[in-house]
Amino acid sequence: MMSEEEKKKLIKKHSKSSPVLKNSLRAFFFGGLICLFGEVLLKVYVFFGAEEKTSVSLVTLSVIFIASLLTGIGVFDKIARFTGAGTLVPVSGFSNAVTSEAMDSASEGYVLGVGAKIFTVAGPVIIFGLLSGVIYGVIYYVYSLIGG
Amino acid sequence: MQRIVQIKNDIGFICAASCGGLEESRGPLGNKFDFCDTSDLFGQKTWELAEGEMARICLNIALKKAGISNLDLTLIAAGDLQNQCAATALGLHSFSVPFLGLYGACSTCAESLLSLSAFMDSHEELDVCAAVTSSHNATAERQFRTPLEYGGQRAMTAQWTATAAGAFLLGRNAGRVKIRDFLVGRIVDGATSDASNMGPAMAFAAADTVINYFESSEISPREFDLIITGDLGYCGTSLLHELLSKKDPYLSSIHKDSALLLYDDKKQDAHSGASGCGTSASVLACHFLPMLEERKLKRVLFMSTGALMNSTTTLQGQNILGIAPALRIERE
Repeated sequence: MMSEEEKKKLIKKHSKSSPVLKNSLRAFFFGGLICLFGEVLLKVYVFFGAEEKTSVSLVTLSVIFIASLLTGIGVFDKIARFTGAGTLVPVSGFSNAVTSEAMDSASEGYVLGVGAKIFTVAGPVIIFGLLSGVIYGVIYYVYSLIGG
Repeated sequence: MQRIVQIKNDIGFICAASCGGLEESRGPLGNKFDFCDTSDLFGQKTWELAEGEMARICLNIALKKAGISNLDLTLIAAGDLQNQCAATALGLHSFSVPFLGLYGACSTCAESLLSLSAFMDSHEELDVCAAVTSSHNATAERQFRTPLEYGGQRAMTAQWTATAAGAFLLGRNAGRVKIRDFLVGRIVDGATSDASNMGPAMAFAAADTVINYFESSEISPREFDLIITGDLGYCGTSLLHELLSKKDPYLSSIHKDSALLLYDDKKQDAHSGASGCGTSASVLACHFLPMLEERKLKRVLFMSTGALMNSTTTLQGQNILGIAPALRIERE
């Protein structure tokens, strides 16, 4: 009988690893491309007379909308297979996670299907995003009390 | 003590049928499938119903090929990957035939064939029976992993759940390809809880079954044309070869994994190959059984390999457990 450790070693030996360098370079390039697109869009909104602060929100909403639309027509996952974290880390990834889950659970009804399951994948991002916001807020508050 | 169970009566394959979806139709075996629906929906509204409909169509094709009515069937043994085998029940209820629902993860095909042959061997009342196995990429991804349209990169070890079904009609004193004996196989620890690397976890069970089979069998491995496994994929296959080579290098030289036959590794981006219980069922039905019929193969050891787990137990850190039931199938 083989021990669990021996088995784990064998599994590791025979498991192909992901091409980390290639994936990182792609993520860097395509993530950067989305940010560049956002910057251009920001200038466009400002050009058409929106305030800078409003434009920032508009850019975020636009990226969310585009990612959601691409998810809906079944294109996003094909792009993301190639771009990886490049499309996952920006808000496009969040939008995709919510939209794809909503699409999947639609057949189970709006309340117990979409309503209950829409944040299954994106939920951790929200909860830990909020949590880190709170921690940052506390640090910021204490720092300002000390007189920073 | 593991014992090989001998089938004393003449239990043979009357015929078999296979169905697939889009990726399966594009694969190297695409033109061998009896029916492929490139929408993957099989005319249904939901993926869950689609899987059931695929199983129904598949059994219907097998019945038509054999010229048998559903009323002649005395028992159906069938299963799929959905919770509580919902697809199989939804798809097969219209046949109105006594039904034995089976869950063996991806080992369902061999499990159903060995259960039926054992039943038929000891009960003459059961003269014509059907074994049906299905898996659907959309229902499995939803249940075990992420939403279908979720955009992420799959691990290189991950396999692609096949949208495929296989249906087999077994009869007494029928057909030219016979089931001679079987080894049920025992549960073997896969030593990993990584649900995107199930091939290697199942390879330990496959090796256990093969080694035990040949230790107890009176027939030498050299009298076998092939040892067939279900869905070990590339990673699992290479691990199995290392395990078997320690025992006898000949064992790995006659091994074929069904998961490596279903998709084109270069064109279809399936990573470590196919998975899902439909893999071994459809590849047996559309590839290996016809080869046996045509005398290109004479004797094979057919195994389906199952990863026994669910998405809750793996998240809780429990190891994936493997199972690999095996049958000796021979051309008369």
